[in-house]
Amino acid sequence: MTQTLRTALLVGCMMAVWQLLFWYAGSNALTAPLDTIVATAQLVSSPAFYPHLIETAKAFAVALGIAISCGILIGFTLGVYRFASDVAEPVLVGLYSIPKITLYPIVLLAFGIGMPAKIAFGAIHGVVPIAIFTLGAVRNLNPVYVKAARVMRLTPWRIASRVLLPGAIPEIFTGIRVGFSLTLIGTLLGEMFASQRGIGHLLIQAIGLHNIKMIMALTLLLVVIAVAASAMLLAVDRRLRRYAL
Amino acid sequence: MTEVHVALRGVTRVFPATATQKEVRALGSIDLDLMRGEFFAVVGPSGCGKSTLLEIIAGLNSPSGGSVMLEGKRVDGEVPDGVGVVFQEDASFPWLDVTGNIAFGLRPSGLDRFEIAARIAHALRVMGLTEFASAYPAQLSGGMRQRVCIARTLVQRPRVILLDEPFGALDQQTRFLMGDELLRLWRETGATILLITHSLDEAAMLSDRIGVMSARPGRMMEIIQTKWSDERGSRVVATPRFGEITARLWDLLRAESTRAMTGVP
Amino acid sequence: MTPGRVRFALAALLVLLLETLCRFGVIDRFAMLPPSEILWHLGKILTSGQMWPAIGKTLANVALACLSAVIAGVILGALIHRWRALRETLDPLFAAYYAIPVYAFYPLFIVIFGLGDFPQVLIGFMLGLVAVIVNTLNGLDRVPPVLIKTARIHRFGPVQTALRVTLPFAVPYIFTGIKLAVAYSFIGVIGAELIMSRTGLGYEIGYAYNNFDNAVMYPLIVLVLAIAASVNTLFFLWEKRLIARRRR
Repeated sequence: MTQTLRTALLVGCMMAVWQLLFWYAGSNALTAPLDTIVATAQLVSSPAFYPHLIETAKAFAVALGIAISCGILIGFTLGVYRFASDVAEPVLVGLYSIPKITLYPIVLLAFGIGMPAKIAFGAIHGVVPIAIFTLGAVRNLNPVYVKAARVMRLTPWRIASRVLLPGAIPEIFTGIRVGFSLTLIGTLLGEMFASQRGIGHLLIQAIGLHNIKMIMALTLLLVVIAVAASAMLLAVDRRLRRYAL
Repeated sequence: MTEVHVALRGVTRVFPATATQKEVRALGSIDLDLMRGEFFAVVGPSGCGKSTLLEIIAGLNSPSGGSVMLEGKRVDGEVPDGVGVVFQEDASFPWLDVTGNIAFGLRPSGLDRFEIAARIAHALRVMGLTEFASAYPAQLSGGMRQRVCIARTLVQRPRVILLDEPFGALDQQTRFLMGDELLRLWRETGATILLITHSLDEAAMLSDRIGVMSARPGRMMEIIQTKWSDERGSRVVATPRFGEITARLWDLLRAESTRAMTGVP
Repeated sequence: MTPGRVRFALAALLVLLLETLCRFGVIDRFAMLPPSEILWHLGKILTSGQMWPAIGKTLANVALACLSAVIAGVILGALIHRWRALRETLDPLFAAYYAIPVYAFYPLFIVIFGLGDFPQVLIGFMLGLVAVIVNTLNGLDRVPPVLIKTARIHRFGPVQTALRVTLPFAVPYIFTGIKLAVAYSFIGVIGAELIMSRTGLGYEIGYAYNNFDNAVMYPLIVLVLAIAASVNTLFFLWEKRLIARRRR
């Protein structure tokens, strides 16, 4: 059995379980798979949806940009100086494992309601794993590469840009993959709390109106987007690791 | 009469005590003269400081005491011009192809494009890598990757080449072949070569002189002259002189190796 | 000048900075209270006992989510490891799992299961489960074949082999998954409480926020972060000891 067949089987099984749950729980709790797919299609094709999608996309893009640039900068700087990374790594790992959602009230107080708060939510979720992975990538790079570069009398700047960075990129990208998903979650949560527009807001609205079909349609849409993006990033990751030893 | 190329006087290396271990006297003290154009091998038991010695000569580390002079100038923690190093580990950059690897050290040197291309082509030919010019290290065997590292070193025309057990990861047959190749390179470049090896055979068949180091803290116990002429390498393995040299080396090392293994000073 | 001391010094400096900025009005009281006051209010809250039910509820839910994720995860991991076809089928699910915004399912769970504790625990469980499974699989992958051959020579059956050879070997790797499950349980439960629940510390924080009650909100945030950080650190140190024993 090929992998595609297996994946199709997996998706089919999940749909079947879904259908069974629907028959058990009733339409007050769930919507059937087929109906949900139809609803999602309707949602995506309705013109009222697009402003919300664009809103979420804008916030997400900015948040991700901040998370990647700050994360790589922080991780790289710390990774180069051993003592700094000894000090900072436990802090970063700690930040990664705490429920950052607890900080949301503080973010709201600092940024108010609206786009800046959403971007902040997304960014704080994404920057931490990217920094951690970048730090690890630079610190754990085989020391022989730096030694070889020193023997060739490269300046520290060239060593950083032409040895450390290219050598660390595969691992950095893994951090970006994780940061991508987390930034998405953060942005959505931000929209649920602090916005009048966007997909997260539509979700909260649907909850308030007890609109099961809408809740499920939005959830399905989010899952499909997330999985598709994750698969694409995984493909890029594989390509980057093609030449890794 | 050749001149002294690299001079070591009273070189020691001490790793200071940390929270987790006591002070380690890795090396010391070493007095050594490398003559210009000679092939000098260093052998010794594990942990005697051979690699530390090489890194100090290369300028990758500073000595704790004593001095290293290369062509009359002091070497102290900075890599001087004209030095090439081949490490035991594969140091070929996996993100560059063979040509990219070889060109790596040349880019910032200010040479014009034609000179760079010419040197790369020459290095590829000398190391037998021409048909692998666009391959990536991940696609090459261990021996080929070491050749890439050697080519990368050669292309900068070093006057001193330091090799730290470069063939350690290779099988015996490949080692013999690479040893002969190393001789060929030595003759072509005229560079001064310092080869660290744990293979007594290798040291005996390739070098002009062999420095035998004691167990840690490593000192130069004795320097053996092989008195080979141009005829050397895998072809001299059957000669009586080869047997004498290796017997003498093992004699010197037997006690030291036991000492290194059991940790009894 | 150990890293630990530097960290402590930096943290102290940060607190001092916040305290000064708050006292001098650069950060106004509406946004944030000075750290000293936050700690004082925290002391009051803890001694008055009014929050203990919420604390107890949250910790109980976290523990429940974590424990179930670990037990289910190890058992499922061991089972999936035995059947290659199953593992290969589930692989894409595991790879994509953490990309999915699990919180999006929360509204669904409330609708299906009502507003009790179950949705929170379920979210925490779901977040932690796959981490445990993936790390269990990783650990079992690394069992050297020679140990399995030894088990066969001793004529162990599959359950005995698992319990006496492969699982014990895999413990350090499984523990990485346990560490993650602990973190995810906190994230899942408290996040869910904050979003929409009627009980628990997450809910209390949201309630205090909505009522502009900084004197309750900030101490609780500090409390939650402190508990989560301490528990995570405990497991992290425990993991280090387990790994150190194995390595030279």
